[in-house]
Amino acid sequence: AADEALFLLLHNEMVAGLYRAAEQGEGENGRCTTKLESMGFRVGQGLIERFTKDTARFKDELDIMKFICKDFWTTVFKKQIDNLRTNHQGIYVLQDNKFRLLTQMSVGKQYLEHAPKYLAFTCGLIRGGLSNLGIKSIVTAEVSSMPACK
Amino acid sequence: SRELFVLTYGALVAQLCKDYEKDEDVNTCLDRMGYGIGVRLIDDFLARSAVKKCRSYSETADMIAQVAFKMYLGITPSVSCSSATGNEFSLILDKNPLVDFVEELPAERASLCYCNLLCGVIRGALEMVHLAAEVTFLQDRLKGDAVTEIGITFLRKAEDRKHKRN
Repeated sequence: AADEALFLLLHNEMVAGLYRAAEQGEGENGRCTTKLESMGFRVGQGLIERFTKDTARFKDELDIMKFICKDFWTTVFKKQIDNLRTNHQGIYVLQDNKFRLLTQMSVGKQYLEHAPKYLAFTCGLIRGGLSNLGIKSIVTAEVSSMPACK
Repeated sequence: SRELFVLTYGALVAQLCKDYEKDEDVNTCLDRMGYGIGVRLIDDFLARSAVKKCRSYSETADMIAQVAFKMYLGITPSVSCSSATGNEFSLILDKNPLVDFVEELPAERASLCYCNLLCGVIRGALEMVHLAAEVTFLQDRLKGDAVTEIGITFLRKAEDRKHKRN
């Protein structure tokens, strides 16, 4: 649990630091999200590398998505994804009702606009993990009411 | 797992190296971010460890090495006092999980203090308990030194809460 606290603080400081630098003219805001997403991508790849050395090969795409929702999510966020939906045509929606990176933030509507900054890294994380499992993807996130997100 | 933290830290350093040409700028950035983490981490630390207030710099240095480092990074640096005045300490890191996946610094990054975040964290945390300190890397295995050594210099006398006037 102590390392979870450390990771949370590092993540939040990274978000704050990048946006701070952007404000001081060292790049536009849009790039911050891209940077966070690429960092997440690298980490996702690295995690999967270390992860799946022992696990058996997956049967299909759905199997991989279940792995992401259960094992992967638990390793990273100490809980599973609460809800997985799919149209069986390549689109999956993962719902986390108490997303760890948002639970520390206040629930008020005024913080909603900042929430996406805290999701960029995680989107990259998923995309990186899937990439190392042989799946190319586009990962986006939305927050309608904190701390839940899809 | 700690891997997530270590991997994320690595990605952060890599990104900062892309953003800043000079090593000193990356180092400063890491230190600043570390500070931001440290001022918040201290609450987490105090909540988890429920330790009593340290009564001397020496106790504080021991606390950092034996309790805090152990709790967050799983290592226990050795502590030694490096001055007669009793306010300078050095922590020798035998192992360092932050560099688990780093073999050596790239040639063009010879002055990079890869783990500089740690200095900021310690400094920020100490400040929150009213101890001003300078924290820097004195030696760094990644730069070819024999060991990795963090120096902590306490700058002011620790406040004695009992006698504090409002």
